[in-house]
Amino acid sequence: MKAFLLSLRSEFFKTRKTLAFWCAILLPLLICMLMTIGFLTNAEKMASWPGELLWIRFVGNVLNVMGVLLLPMFTVFTAYSINNIEHRADTWKMLFTLPLPKFTVYSAKYVYALLLIFISLALFVLFTIGFANLLSVIKPGLRFNEYHMEFTLMQIYFKLFLSALGILSLQFLFSLLWKDFLKPMGIGFVGTISGIIMASAGWKYAYLFPYSHPMLALTNMLPRTKTPTQSRQLVINILTDDVYVSLAVAVVVFFAGYFILLKRSIK
Amino acid sequence: MVISTQNLTFNFGNQKVVNSLSLQVPQGSIYGFLGPNGAGKTTTIKLLLNLLKTDEGSISVFEKDLKSNRIEILSKIGSLIEQPAIYLHLTGRENLVNRAGLLQLSIRRVDEMLELVQLKQAANKKAGQYSLGMKQRLGIALALLSDPELLILDEPTNGLDPNGIIEIRELLINLTRQHGKTVFISSHLLSEIERMATHVGIINNGTMLFQGSIAELEALNQALLLIEVDNTVDAANLLKRHQYEVAQVTETLVGLPYHSKQQSGEVNTLLVNNGFRVYSIGKQQQDLETLFLSITKQA
Repeated sequence: MKAFLLSLRSEFFKTRKTLAFWCAILLPLLICMLMTIGFLTNAEKMASWPGELLWIRFVGNVLNVMGVLLLPMFTVFTAYSINNIEHRADTWKMLFTLPLPKFTVYSAKYVYALLLIFISLALFVLFTIGFANLLSVIKPGLRFNEYHMEFTLMQIYFKLFLSALGILSLQFLFSLLWKDFLKPMGIGFVGTISGIIMASAGWKYAYLFPYSHPMLALTNMLPRTKTPTQSRQLVINILTDDVYVSLAVAVVVFFAGYFILLKRSIK
Repeated sequence: MVISTQNLTFNFGNQKVVNSLSLQVPQGSIYGFLGPNGAGKTTTIKLLLNLLKTDEGSISVFEKDLKSNRIEILSKIGSLIEQPAIYLHLTGRENLVNRAGLLQLSIRRVDEMLELVQLKQAANKKAGQYSLGMKQRLGIALALLSDPELLILDEPTNGLDPNGIIEIRELLINLTRQHGKTVFISSHLLSEIERMATHVGIINNGTMLFQGSIAELEALNQALLLIEVDNTVDAANLLKRHQYEVAQVTETLVGLPYHSKQQSGEVNTLLVNNGFRVYSIGKQQQDLETLFLSITKQA
């Protein structure tokens, strides 16, 4: 356990000055900030809206940007950059000659990527709440303070987090095996686009395809409603089929990756 | 024996890269592992560090089987394989701090190592901006950081200037003589390590051609008594008639296997008494490099 924590700390030490780490922080900050600016410039139009609708708009807009395209691509990028640090410097051989169990080195890397995604999504929750409240302070006409959905927000993002884990495991393995940028990023990109198409076309087996999970999680959660009143029935069911598949893929591929690593020669 | 392998074999596809190698590296030695490029040196080193899976044979390090005692053994080894494994986006110091953190060593050790390899000035510079020699020295600092019992260095003097090579040589000699460490060092140049190595293994095409102490290697290397004389052919015939073995005859020189000073004097007297003009006479050692080349060519 100690070796695991030391490895995890080392992963942080290595990445703390890289885009891989800062992306996890800047992405939510940037998106929430831009959304806030958008709301500020349109404040007059929304002055009459009830707090609930404002929240749903604000949260929904951020989710539309984040959940559909950005979350899968961010996951792909994180998995890539965590592994690329070793590929680029040719340091795999060094990592595996340290007196640490191979599984510790491997799992610490994986868990670190997982943590980065978790942190990023947690920051989305935090910044959404923060900026929404800030809006109601700057423009009292925007009555964000009249409604609360903090817990719901956490549930939504937690579900998104779980739905991204399948992609994370797959991409982590691709990035571990391939040194170059194009293969894992290409597969990730094609996967994400196909996932979006499958999910939005409503294909009934889309839930079996990990890259469509983030989008499925959103569409299942936020049914497109015609009137604002209907959206009150926002039902958050975290453990749906797509989440189960995502978790199963994540666990299976994680262990498969370890056994592939054991069999492979380290260059 | 610190390292001992039995019939170590490794294949890349159909090609035998390492072929039933039996290494014997004694405690406290500087073992020079020599061979031309592509002889299988790096592959052997990767096998010794459990980076590659052994196809056949066994490896024991510190009298323990490598496979079943991997972590314990690795904790006593410092290594540098091919290009030093350095994070280029971190500074030299951060590279060492990172490793010290992983191995739970004190930060003081980091500064000691920086001092030792003379990177103190450049400690806070990004390793990506280091010259090849500085990277190599940082790699050596990383290998030495945990104060290992056994150092495995793969061509560590690559890219170092003559001064750097001498410093590393002295450092390694000091580590083995004063601190009882063992050094396993590979090189494709015998001249580079003959001044520090106590033992030598010569490998080509994955097969061990020679293994033993430097003295044993030198014993293979017979010296010649070279005589510069006016008429070499007649001189050679005269020597032969007097039961001397003549190894070579050229236009200017006659060479005999060297035995002793006594014999050199007798040969000289014999030639002079028979009316030859001897311009010079002396013992010449074939250098080890030539010997090394002739050993690796035989295979």
